[in-house]
Amino acid sequence: MVDVILAGGTVLTASGTQEADIRIADGCIAEIGPSLEGDETIDCAGCWVGPGLVDLHAHFREPGLEWKEDITTGSRAAAAGGYTAVVVMPNTDPVTDSGHLARYVATRGEEVGLVDVIPAGAVTKGRAGKELAHLDELWAVGVRVFSDDGDVVGDAGLLRRAMDYLAARGGVISQHAVDVGLSRGGHMHEGSVSSLLGMYGIPAAADDVIIGRDLRLVEMTGARYHVQHLSTAGGVAMIAAAKAKGLPVTAEVAPHHLAFDHHAAAGTDPVYKMMPPLRSTEDRDALRRGLVDGTIDIVGTDHAPHAEHEEEVPWEQAPNGVIGLEWAAAVVNTFAGLDQTAFFERLSVAPARIGQIADQGLLPAVGGPANLMAFDPTIEWTPESTVSKARNSPYLGMALRGKPKVTVHRGVVTARDGVSQRGGT
Amino acid sequence: MNHFLTIEGLSKEDLDGLLDDADEFVEVLHRPIPKVPALRGKTVATMFFEASTRTKMSFEKAAKALSADTMSFSPGTSSLSKGESLKDTVLTIKAMGTDAMVVRHQSTGAPWRIAEWIDQPVLNGGDGAHQHPTQALLDSLTIRQHFGSLDGLKIGIVGDIRHSRVARSDAQAFSALGADVTMVAPRTLLPVDPSVFPAEVSENLDDVLGGLDVVYVLRVQAERGGASVFPSLPEYTARYGVTKERFARLNPDAIVLHPGPMNRGVEIEGAVADDPRALILDQVFNGVAVRMAVLFRLLGGEHDG
Repeated sequence: MVDVILAGGTVLTASGTQEADIRIADGCIAEIGPSLEGDETIDCAGCWVGPGLVDLHAHFREPGLEWKEDITTGSRAAAAGGYTAVVVMPNTDPVTDSGHLARYVATRGEEVGLVDVIPAGAVTKGRAGKELAHLDELWAVGVRVFSDDGDVVGDAGLLRRAMDYLAARGGVISQHAVDVGLSRGGHMHEGSVSSLLGMYGIPAAADDVIIGRDLRLVEMTGARYHVQHLSTAGGVAMIAAAKAKGLPVTAEVAPHHLAFDHHAAAGTDPVYKMMPPLRSTEDRDALRRGLVDGTIDIVGTDHAPHAEHEEEVPWEQAPNGVIGLEWAAAVVNTFAGLDQTAFFERLSVAPARIGQIADQGLLPAVGGPANLMAFDPTIEWTPESTVSKARNSPYLGMALRGKPKVTVHRGVVTARDGVSQRGGT
Repeated sequence: MNHFLTIEGLSKEDLDGLLDDADEFVEVLHRPIPKVPALRGKTVATMFFEASTRTKMSFEKAAKALSADTMSFSPGTSSLSKGESLKDTVLTIKAMGTDAMVVRHQSTGAPWRIAEWIDQPVLNGGDGAHQHPTQALLDSLTIRQHFGSLDGLKIGIVGDIRHSRVARSDAQAFSALGADVTMVAPRTLLPVDPSVFPAEVSENLDDVLGGLDVVYVLRVQAERGGASVFPSLPEYTARYGVTKERFARLNPDAIVLHPGPMNRGVEIEGAVADDPRALILDQVFNGVAVRMAVLFRLLGGEHDG
């Protein structure tokens, strides 16, 4: 392995930021200091340098839905976006609800080798909401985050049992907090835009009633609870109140909920169709504030690839979700305005901590693992292409500020200037 | 005008211009040979992804009265049931040689999507509960014929507004033409945010009935089923049905309209529907004329009458 120098960036370390070079050797950080020399030097002047980004919420669609994305193409998109670890959701076919399926996903990730691919496990068998998934098997192969994402764990009694079962060990229940009764038939935020379009809406209360109910169960069980893709001002307020009480609660926001509100849906272009939906301007602004003030712990991309032909239909028939790994950092930088410390906290340190992911989300330190990324926070650019299999992105053709400059995974450069370097298999 | 998709954003001048054209086609339709050669050689495809009888036949009659050829599509007999994407379906029909497409679709926005995919005029024949712009034109024409103008008229749109593309287009058209519009329905049948429409809102028909010049009665869309939006049909009729008793309390010059198909005995009593002041068949006749006006505007050259 050659020694690589990340030169001239502003490095975020445990003792603050400093202008320094980083020398990477044998998968680790060998030196941090001025004017270092190595076999290859990558100019990081003007860039923030910190731990590789960690996504607690992506969909790589493998196994079973490979026409949308697979672990190879998903890993390439992640590396291009500055990520070194990605937790992938279990709503594959088959559902990741047992140990051998989780092991398969992790093994495929290792074979590709561009990022750590860490499976999340289902809370219930087949995500059917009826009986607990094989939680012990999943735990044994390293699963720490459990989610029926795509569907809410709607049965409060079943959720309570999952929480009781996982609480002592510190497993995290990651909830897709959308009430079925309030969202049934809905395709966008319930409000002025849905009224004008004559479309069934999903009220903000659909998220809030689940979060409110679940927080009461957290109080009862002491289990760790994470709200996925927070979308409402009411949700932000409830999370703040729960944290003030000292409950073991964390929350995530997706880049698209920071960038857009429901007015983006007015033209019925399915690229703006998400679950939860893009909500009101007030909700969007509350999410931005919540991310800045720390009420919202992390950014989770909810990278949700779909094939182009699946989008060539009217809004109501189109699937939910957008891809986002390649542009998440730029979108957050453009719309939420975090400083370097908060940027790496929300996109790397906190997600690794919540997901209990070893060797990730660690501020650069000599002897530590070389999972690193450099981000140029000032460059203005417009994404025109993607390395994902899918193209369902509202960011293609949109002006953004900030771009990942280089990604280093386990000491190997995996992406430069938003382009992944190695193909994987 | 490249497409005709929505009433939203059209001005009084835009609407009056189309209605003036429609008046001329009304005259054509009264001739012994109700046909002009304006669109000879053009082909209009009626793409009705959602079942429809009157709108589809009305568009076909309008196209034929302009001497256009027509092709039709209905979902029951199509490859949609074989899983073809909407885009592939549309490009396939276009490749057979169409000049314009009339689109009816159960999903909001579908005509806009199609307009992105083909480089020829798209006419919205009704999308979801969103827009039905030619219905708004024919309703406006019927009211204008009767009163001379919509300016200052009080129009009540009564019934299932939430699920009605007719109500949305009508409220926008009537208001743009100078009428004062009130939407009358229980809250479960109103848009969640009615403030986006240029209309007052009332949950009590009897409060507003006496002041109306036009009662526009919407169909109770029993076929939508699923969501329970009022307790029972008799309870709906008791509060919102246009019964003989309510008809008798109307201003003596007031008229009644209905977009059809009617549920007699539910939202409108049979005797009211058959009264000379119910202009329901005039609406149907005018539908052909306004659709001729729109087709001619999109596909025709100079209007030579």
